[in-house]
Order: sequence, then structure tokens, then C-alpha cells
Amino acid sequence: MNWQLLPQFAMTGLLAGGPLALTALGLVLIFKSTYIFNFAQGQLLLLGALITWWFAVELGLPLWLAIILALLLSALIGLIIERLALRPMTGQPLLSIILMTLGLSQVLHGLALLLFGGVQRNFPQIFSVANPYKITTPFLNNGENIVIILKQNLVWSFVIAILGVLIISAFFRYTNTGLSMRGASEDHELAQSIGLRIHRIFGISWALAGVVATMGGVLLATSSGLDLSLSVVVLAAFPVVLLGGLESIPGTIVGGLLIGLSQGLVSASKVPMVRNMSEIMPYIILLIVLIIRPEGLFGQKRIERI
Amino acid sequence: MGVLRPAGEFDTSYAYDMATIRQRWQWWLLFAFILALYTLPFYASQSVVSLVNRIAITIIAVQGLNILTGYTGQISLGQAAFMMTGGYISALLVNYLGWSFFISLPIAALGAGLIGLIFGLPSLRVKGFYLTMATLAAQFILPWFTRNAFPDILNGAQGLNVQTPVLFGIDFNTPQKYLFISLTVLILSTIAAHNISRSRLGRAFVAIRDHDLAAELLGVNLFKYKLQAFFLAAVYAGLAGALAAHNIRHLNSETFNLIDSVIFMGMLVIGGLGANLGPIFGAIVVELLIEMATLFGPFFITLFPSTAAGAVQALRPLFFGTTLMLFLIFEPRGLAHRWQLLKAAWRLRPFSH
Repeated sequence: MNWQLLPQFAMTGLLAGGPLALTALGLVLIFKSTYIFNFAQGQLLLLGALITWWFAVELGLPLWLAIILALLLSALIGLIIERLALRPMTGQPLLSIILMTLGLSQVLHGLALLLFGGVQRNFPQIFSVANPYKITTPFLNNGENIVIILKQNLVWSFVIAILGVLIISAFFRYTNTGLSMRGASEDHELAQSIGLRIHRIFGISWALAGVVATMGGVLLATSSGLDLSLSVVVLAAFPVVLLGGLESIPGTIVGGLLIGLSQGLVSASKVPMVRNMSEIMPYIILLIVLIIRPEGLFGQKRIERI
Repeated sequence: MGVLRPAGEFDTSYAYDMATIRQRWQWWLLFAFILALYTLPFYASQSVVSLVNRIAITIIAVQGLNILTGYTGQISLGQAAFMMTGGYISALLVNYLGWSFFISLPIAALGAGLIGLIFGLPSLRVKGFYLTMATLAAQFILPWFTRNAFPDILNGAQGLNVQTPVLFGIDFNTPQKYLFISLTVLILSTIAAHNISRSRLGRAFVAIRDHDLAAELLGVNLFKYKLQAFFLAAVYAGLAGALAAHNIRHLNSETFNLIDSVIFMGMLVIGGLGANLGPIFGAIVVELLIEMATLFGPFFITLFPSTAAGAVQALRPLFFGTTLMLFLIFEPRGLAHRWQLLKAAWRLRPFSH
């Protein structure tokens, strides 16, 4: 361990966990109400960021307007995907549904490449790059306090991401629509028999997931730039979802922070082999979770009967 | 549908009942087809021969996936990682120990099979979607391992240059010569896959797929057979990976990636899950689709000028994804099922049923 760097890396890792949690939230939203695990979430995120870029840079709209328009458009895209691709799959086996979202991810990837091209783009900066925050820690190194330097966009992305997750959980808990979505997640047929319009609920879930994906995409694009590799971040969000529990919204925050922290801690190591492990750390945790506690930290344990 | 036979054909012996190819003209047809494939280098261009090489190798990988996903019902997104494992094992044996490719090929298959067993272990505890995640972990951890472990042997992210196979002084260094190897392995693997599917092993696999708890009650040892399915799938992947590595002659952690695993699953669904012809149909159709993307690329550049050179890269996932989605909605049983319907319609002609 490189002890002087540890506080810095741990803090950066934790903050990077915010956008991870937001990305994971999109996955949980869809899974919770429809039992579909959306492998195309990363491409939705990329598409959302690209649309925002197009409104803000190509059309020259102010950034806030561009983001609002992009959020609306991505909600529409979510609705269309639900109607055209997933509704015909109602009642099909798990394999078909997994492959449907995988096929969807390929189509969206192709569309993004065809419409926007594969070049790296400069995304408009939302937060100032100049003055990073400095925090003096109580830890000492050669008699001096260790100072953690945090970029503004990292901190604010974290705050916005966590706020987003909290707003969505409040929506689930306190609104009528949220209640009906929770009802639908218990049992599709039962929900339909008491008069919930289940397809509308699925549509709302997909629209919300599209909105969340665009939010995540914009936040990630401001900190890391915008190109096609943006969709890769979702590959680190799969383990987040499984660690937190597939149905749990608070689980996404805990899972996101834990995965982010683990990546940060590993990066602080002095051994290059261990340091390089930060990219596969989420998947090592995933394997451990699958073997020890497959339902995750806050997930529901479903008992199987014949 | 499978019981539809031409008029006047009866099972007069048990051997005849079990036979895959029943009539003399079918044998002749098969013989002519295989002969046409082997003599391909004499009348087809080099690019066609390379394509056939690639399709043959892909079919082997998808056949393995068919055993695991089609028959046993375990969804795997790690097939490309096991291919990579097989490729690396064979490349290391040939490059560093100077072994013959024809000895390293089966060893690579077995080695990949053992690695596949390790990643099949979670199938004891989890199934369905969770198992998919475990195989996805293989797809990240194995390539990472080749990039970071033993840099002086595996050469990190740069990867290895792989030698071409040599047998009795013949260097298989052109696609035309390589075709003989890949076709031979393909034919052997097809026969093996077909016989696995109709033996005790295959019936146990199908029982697990159809209802795992019911299968266990009937005395099928779930864990043992699931692990055997993982092992066989990875053995096929290892064979395909070793063949591919010596064909492309270069190997790194990106040669077989997550997209390849997704494409293999797509091929299986398009071809037909749990059908012996499925991998063959699927691999051919999808590989041809991807070739079409290369053909249509220049035309699309005129339509979408912003894409420019990226058009081909954009069309491949677009074609593949659209085809996969359409098949899932309209023909989830795949081309193999259509082929059955076509054969039945032909035999019943002029009656409709």
C-alpha cells in the first residue's frame, strides 16, 4: 500500500461511485417493475449524452435547455423501445429477453455510430475545471497533513447523482405511480387483475430509465469526455446492481460507493499487478457476491418451490 | 415433424432406427457436399476461402455454446473468453515448447475446458440471469489475466505472434491449405456434437433445461451434468480458439471480446437453439450479414457523410442487432425450425398437412 496516496484514492473512488450508482439505478428501475435486466443501458446512456451534445453544440442551445430536451427525448426513446422491442417478449423465456436487450444494445451502438460518428467530442463543461477543492486530512505524512485534491466536476457529479437516486426513491415511495410500479413488481398477473395497467407501468419504467441514463451520460461526459466508449461504464454498474440487490434502490448507492471505493483502494497499491486490478475489481466482487450471497446486500431472497 | 419419412421407409433393424443418414442418395449428397467444400480452393477466390475458414471456426465455437445454452439451458456470455484461453494455450505450446500444432490442439481444448469448469462452478448455487453474470465475469477476468500476468511469456497487451501449423513438411500458411484443417475439425466436432445430443448425456442436458428440479427428482445429478456441459462448451471453444489463433497468426486479449460472445449467442438464436443444424445455419447467416455490411458500407457513406469511415463499423452491429431482434420476435425457434417446416412441406407436397 502506498499510504500517502490512500486517502486521495479512497476519496476519488468513493466519488466515482456516485455516477456508478446512478447508472445502476437505471438498471434497477427496469428490473424492479418488469423483471428485465437491460443490457442496453450503457448504449442508452451514450445516446443520451450524444443527444445533449447535439442540442447544445450543433444547435447552439443553452446547456440547461439542451439537457431538458435531451431528457424528454430519451424518455420518448425509452417508451418506443418498450413498445417495439420488449412488449412482444412478454411471457417469453429469460434467454430470449436477455438476448433482446443484447440485440438492442448492438442496434443502439450502431445507430449512435451511424448518426454521430466515432470521434472524440468536447462536451460543454458544466462545472468549473479551474479551482479544485482541497481538503486537509488529519493523517500525517513527514509531519505534514495530507491534502486531498478533488476536482469540482467529480464532487458535483457525485452530489447530483446521489440526489437523483434519492428523488427516484422518494418517487417510488410517495407517489401513486410509484406505488403502482411497486405493486406491479410483486406479481404481473396479480397487479393486472386488480386493475393496474401493467403495460403503461412498463412504459413509465423504461421512460424513467431513459431519463436516468441521460442524466448519468451527461455527468460522465462532463468529466471524461464524450465518445463511444462511454457505454463501457455500465459494465462496472452490473456488479453494483448485484452487490446492492437487484430490486433495491438504496442498494445502488451502497453498491456504487463500495465498488468505487474498492477500485480506489486497489489503485493505491504499490504493486503494478494489483494496481491494474482496478478494472476487474467489480467483477471479482461480483463473483464473491454470487458465491456467498447471490441476492445481494439488500435484495429479496426468493424461495424456489416445485 | 422429425417422424415424417418418405413413403415405404421402415425401420427394419435397430441400427437403421438409430441411423442419422438413412438412404443411399443422402450419403451421395453428403459426400458431394463435403467434396465440394474440400475442393473449394481450386475454384473459389482467396477471400471466399478465408471466409469459409472463419465460418467453419465460428461454427465450432457456437456448437459448444449450443451444448451449454441450447441443450442445458445455461446462458453463457463467456464463450469468447474460453476461445481466447484455448488460443493462448496452443500458441504457448507451439511457440515456446516447439510442439506440433496437432498435439497442442487437443491440449488447448482440454485446458480451456478446465478453465470453463472453474467458471461453471457458480452454477451450483445460482442459475438463470445470475449465472449469465458469472460467465460475464470470465469475459473480463481472463483477458485481464493475459494482459497483466507473466508479462515475459504472455507479452502483455501486445499479445503473441502465432506460428502456422506444420505437418509432414507441409506448412499450412495460406487460407487454402488451412481450410483442410478447419474443415476436418469441423466435421469431427459436428459428428461429436450430434452424438452427444442423442446419448444419455444429451438427454440429461435436455432434462435439466426443461425443468431442473424435475430432472433432479428423476435422478439426474444436476451439478455433475451442468459442469459437464460447461466443460464441453469450453472444450469446443478451446478448439475453435486454437484454430482461430493459428489462422490469424496473432493473438491478444482483444482478439476475442465481449461482442464476440454476444454474437455467438445471437448466431445460436438465429440458427435455432437446441438443434444440431442451429450453429451451422446461424454462423453462416450472421457471418454473411457482417460481410454484407462491408459491401454496403460505401453506399451508406453517401447517405450519412458524418460517419465517413465508421460506416462499416456502424453497419455490422446494426445488421446483427436488427436481425437478432426480428428473429426473437417472429421466429424464436430459429432457422433450423424453418428448415424442418420446409422439409415437411416438401415431403407432403401436394398436400398441406
